[in-house]
Amino acid sequence: MATTPVLEIEDLTLTAKTQEVLVKDVSFSLNQGESLGLVGESGSGKSLTLRAVLGLLPRGIEQTGGVIRSAADSAMVFQDPRGALDPLCPVVKQVAEVVYYRQRLSRKASRAAALELLHMLGLPDSLRKTDRYPGQLSGGQCQRIVIAMALACKPGILLCDEPTTALDVTVQKQIMETVGRLQQELGFAMIFVTHNLAVAAAMCSRLAVMKKGEIVEQGSTLSVLQEPQNPYTQMLINSVLPVPELAPEGSGVLWT
Amino acid sequence: MDLSLQVNNVTVRYGGFTALDNIRLEVQQHTTLGLVGESGSGKSTLARVIAGLIIPDQGQLLLDAEPLTGKRTREQRKKIQMIFQNPDASLNPKHSIRQILAEALLFHKIVGRAEVEKRSRQLLERVSLEGKALDKYPHEFSGGQRQRIAIARALSVEPSLLIADEPTSALDVSVQLSVLELLGTLKSELNLTMLFISHDLGVIHAVSDKVAVMRQGKLVEVSPKDRFFSRPEAAYSRELLSAVPQMPTMKTSGGLHEPRT
Repeated sequence: MATTPVLEIEDLTLTAKTQEVLVKDVSFSLNQGESLGLVGESGSGKSLTLRAVLGLLPRGIEQTGGVIRSAADSAMVFQDPRGALDPLCPVVKQVAEVVYYRQRLSRKASRAAALELLHMLGLPDSLRKTDRYPGQLSGGQCQRIVIAMALACKPGILLCDEPTTALDVTVQKQIMETVGRLQQELGFAMIFVTHNLAVAAAMCSRLAVMKKGEIVEQGSTLSVLQEPQNPYTQMLINSVLPVPELAPEGSGVLWT
Repeated sequence: MDLSLQVNNVTVRYGGFTALDNIRLEVQQHTTLGLVGESGSGKSTLARVIAGLIIPDQGQLLLDAEPLTGKRTREQRKKIQMIFQNPDASLNPKHSIRQILAEALLFHKIVGRAEVEKRSRQLLERVSLEGKALDKYPHEFSGGQRQRIAIARALSVEPSLLIADEPTSALDVSVQLSVLELLGTLKSELNLTMLFISHDLGVIHAVSDKVAVMRQGKLVEVSPKDRFFSRPEAAYSRELLSAVPQMPTMKTSGGLHEPRT
């Protein structure tokens, strides 16, 4: 795998209009095909950092320091799939529109490309015949549509902002598997923002822990989770409520 | 052990859609029943039926062996209290904490007017908040503190059954732990009976004595906690449990998604 970073962030500082520093001296780099998990609690600046990469900072927040060097296009998957889709536009049309503008294909070719993307994401083939509105699809299906729209931009970096938080566990598992598979197939780099350490551990090879706008610890997933150096990381790990291991199916009929 | 709540063959339909399909459920006194299921499975509808916010189309409810009628008496309503997912929406933003607590205390005639102040302070102390919080408004508190206030308000009228509908889903993990610990302490101190609804199996494992699983308006399993988490009866429960992402425990290659089998 190439070791040239596709994204380098050095000393990124974001400040609100009120002079409040929201993100302070954040630095990390992302190699091609690599996935980095950004974890932390609400208000820690995870999402703002992502938005800074995308160049989509909310009004009133400015970048007051640092550099973002990016060698690839990035696209984002948002937390709330229903909110990220136009409720009045059928989904295939929405995806095709992104393909049309980003890949500069004809309308007809855009639609074909969109349908291929949707097939890749495991959406039902019935969408070929009848297009549907977001309201007619489940939350998990909507999230797949949103991911398809992000991938339609052929991004070198996929930015995921809590893409599974609004979903049920079984759907979450499917989406995680789909994203993992697509990353292997398409080789994009990924920044995965989440507050769920277990999800981050499953998706990412490296983790960065954020607290109050600063990265307090970063390293490989296993070293961060098994030998945390920072008390805040330790606290986060301790507050994960474990679910015990299932007994293997069909093993032993007796319990006492 | 005595039964606190009995739900007998309750059915709720919204138009043509069956939200609850012939639910039978029992909760023993001084225990916590964890209710899990995915969104749309009918967990919250069941909670609302028990709280008296929705009148079921069929079926009957009994609390402490007394039937709960469609139109409930003030005493019956007092006995079942509820904590909601979003504390911002369940506390009136224009009322100070003093007003929020006093209203419930006076409405259900728990204490006389002269003792309201003292009782409110005791309630806040019980949820680890300072007495000076009384003069503040909900927006001046953090999410976790607001949820503590909602708990204090629910407990102020001395209910016999507390329904917690996803009380920690809107909170950060560290805050979630402290709220769950608080509920655990209160449960043992006050001998509470609780119906705890969550989609987070880690939370359910931390609080429940028994676990009930719902799917598409039906109850698919009710089992003691340990049995549910090691050897669930229903195939759906197994599916739910195996979908929970696990923290890595061994020094394996890591990074890539390794689903549990």
